[in-house]
Amino acid sequence: MSVLAVLIALFSLVPLGYVAYMTVATGWDTAVGLILRPRVGELLLNTLLLMAATIPLCLLLGVAGAWLVERTSLRGHRIWAVLLAAPLAVPAFVNSYAWVSAIPSLGGLWSGILISTLSYFPLVYIPAAATLSRLDPAIEQSAAALGLGAWRTFFRVVLPQLRIALTGGALLVGLHLLAEYGAFAMIRFDTFTTAIMTQYQSTFNGAAGNMLASVLVFFCLLLLVAEVRSRGTARYARIGSGVQARALRLPLHAYQLPAQVFLLALTALAFGLPLYYVIRWILAGGADIWTASEFLPALLTTFTYGLAGAAATTVVAFPMAYLAVRHPGWFSKSLELSNYVTSSMPGIVVALAFVTVSIRMVPGMYQTAGLLVAAYVLLFLPRALVNLRAGLAQAPKELDEAAQALGKPPLLAFIRVTLRLTAPAAAGGAALVFLAIANELTATLLLSPNGTRTLATEFWSKSSEIDYAGAAPYALLMILLSAPMTYLLFQQSKKVAGQ
Amino acid sequence: MTAPSTRRLPEPRVAPSVAATTNSHLQITDVTKNFGPQAVLRGVNLSVAKGGTTAIVGPSGSGKTTLLRLIAGFEHPDTGTISLNGTTVAGDGAWLPAHKRQIGYVAQDGALFPHLTVGQNVAFGLNAARLEGGRRAVNARVAELLEMVSLDASMAKRRPHQLSGGQQQRVALARALAREPELMLLDEPFSALDAGLRVATRRAVAKVLAETGVTTILVTHDQAEALSFADQVAVMRGGKLAQIGNPFVVYTRPADRATAEFLGDAVILDAWLEGTLATCSLGAIPVRRPPAQGRVQLMLRPEQIRIAEDGPIRGVVVDTDYFGPETTVRLKLNVPKEVAEHADHRYPGGGEVITIRHWNASIARPGMELCLRVVGEAVAFPMDD
Repeated sequence: MSVLAVLIALFSLVPLGYVAYMTVATGWDTAVGLILRPRVGELLLNTLLLMAATIPLCLLLGVAGAWLVERTSLRGHRIWAVLLAAPLAVPAFVNSYAWVSAIPSLGGLWSGILISTLSYFPLVYIPAAATLSRLDPAIEQSAAALGLGAWRTFFRVVLPQLRIALTGGALLVGLHLLAEYGAFAMIRFDTFTTAIMTQYQSTFNGAAGNMLASVLVFFCLLLLVAEVRSRGTARYARIGSGVQARALRLPLHAYQLPAQVFLLALTALAFGLPLYYVIRWILAGGADIWTASEFLPALLTTFTYGLAGAAATTVVAFPMAYLAVRHPGWFSKSLELSNYVTSSMPGIVVALAFVTVSIRMVPGMYQTAGLLVAAYVLLFLPRALVNLRAGLAQAPKELDEAAQALGKPPLLAFIRVTLRLTAPAAAGGAALVFLAIANELTATLLLSPNGTRTLATEFWSKSSEIDYAGAAPYALLMILLSAPMTYLLFQQSKKVAGQ
Repeated sequence: MTAPSTRRLPEPRVAPSVAATTNSHLQITDVTKNFGPQAVLRGVNLSVAKGGTTAIVGPSGSGKTTLLRLIAGFEHPDTGTISLNGTTVAGDGAWLPAHKRQIGYVAQDGALFPHLTVGQNVAFGLNAARLEGGRRAVNARVAELLEMVSLDASMAKRRPHQLSGGQQQRVALARALAREPELMLLDEPFSALDAGLRVATRRAVAKVLAETGVTTILVTHDQAEALSFADQVAVMRGGKLAQIGNPFVVYTRPADRATAEFLGDAVILDAWLEGTLATCSLGAIPVRRPPAQGRVQLMLRPEQIRIAEDGPIRGVVVDTDYFGPETTVRLKLNVPKEVAEHADHRYPGGGEVITIRHWNASIARPGMELCLRVVGEAVAFPMDD
């Protein structure tokens, strides 16, 4: 198990190793020359402004939404709870496509901020809502008993307890902003990822693109460090046992209407607008767009890759999850760390690394289905890992031992107890990976074998050719496929927050 | 099912039953176990008779659970051997894995399989193919086992999480009994239950185990549980067994001061021992099997010191703690005359504070002087203890 986990961890460090190697191989002077260009400065400014505006906006919208849903007398809060998570079902590049359909002149920084905020605020909302629903109201009641009003209680007691959820959410938003290609390419807003893609398409594998990738990876690592540091070592565990009291809801009174209007506007822009335009294009396109010869093959290919990638990712994640749960220590910690770092690598970097490594070391692998599945494994390993770990935690080794004491040999005991108990969580994780693969664009564009068409790439090529009606069915399918994923993530967050 | 064996009652015996017999069911010899740099077991010797009930009792971290896991076959000993029925199962190059040891094992929280019903849990160790009568025989056996642990057969369809803690432990016991093990290992099976349920469940489990006649080893940190459950108590401390014996013997004649204080409240006084008579602030008290002469520490159980109007010893009440059925009274001892004459460097001449117990709260109020009498013999420990 340990050997397997080490091999997987080493494999997962391929992208980082590639970037490091490329930076060194390029040579100091060339590297400095390539990095200190006005073009890089421009991309840097774009990326920093985008992050500086989008992350606070996402935090604000996410916390406000979570607080309204979980802690106030908001009418219909159960429906709002789901609706606020729903925008996650719309891939960012589909969102971009809808906004461009609505306002064809859209472009530049402001539209980048608009679209990414609407696409990514649920990444803050979901963990914040989950934590709020799990926070012990007794702590807030204690604060009230100590003479704090509602607002001061929120800022001095509730918000600090949300810290882990908020820094985690902010990190996810940041990483998505750095990694996103399609959404920004469509509105002609240049970030590092779009620039790397352009470089790759023009020079295939040039030093300039590699240096941009180095800078991008540097930013990802910087975000990781910032998140770890601001998360701190504090833990907000509930002390003591007993049944937890129900959370108190603050009466909204006169603010009920403004709150409803605010949430309605937010979900209309983030979820209603893309859905509306997708459906409008479908109606405009008529029957022709469904009968197009590419549609069914693309669906089939997506399913094939999704299933293969989900299975491979789950199998690969198992040894790591097993070590983390059953043998915690520095060894499993460092494995997790390597995986954590890899999970922050944008799809474009993973794809570039795989292109380079396969061409130089195993040319037979280049543009094969196997290589693409391997890239999916690296990109989506954390999703499977989180689920498997939670599942394995439900199957303590005492149960294995109980089965052995009842006369089952160790392997049979493991299969009948541990594997059986982990199966639902493994299936949940595999489903998440499957759905993530169904929407993956960047790595698929770079790594897929010639002629491979998935829902995402087909949507991309159609919308790039301004065939918006032709692209609409693919967009609709991706949204439909993402809906259960969003629901799964939403459910999962409630469980994870309790631990 | 074996015939019910008569379970030995914890009655006083002259010699502690430490002697390792060759026909014992379980024999542990010089077993050590380290986890990394930490020595958990430092040379454990234990012999358990067939059909006997042994409690391994000790504070947390003393190594008692590790010892049980070694017996079960979940861990390998570093050195030493473990034998079952005269066959070495661990150590000396031998190894019999857990699933071949014919053991029953009940964990702290029962460790019921959450994905199976109660009936499926109990039937887990049964082999339907090998059991005559197949599926139906399994169901009948499950019902029989549930009845044995005083659970209704209709419980078989429930899920573990629908049961109370006490019911879960009974199911765990039924599951462990299903394969008719020769040796039953219980790892703190009652500690997760609340006080009232604990005693009831312990009684029920002890009764079932006595009926089946299975050799039982119970691990616990609760000395009252150990004393009431077992006919042999092994006191574990710092990875070693400090004392092994009949419950009455280890309670009334503990091997050292730490064991004495672990097994219950103890009154410890400095004393001077000559022959079998120890002189201290409580007067001259007979000592059984004196370990040394001269300066010793004397140990009495609080219930050996009684309030009596004609008692020769006097003490002033310092304070009291009322617990309902009994009251704890702290007394400052006065010096008896015959003691004061001899009180010198050999032992303190009174003034020590001791704790006794009495059922009547009104008899002792702070400042009152009480007359006391010592009942029975004391135990003496050498001074360097």
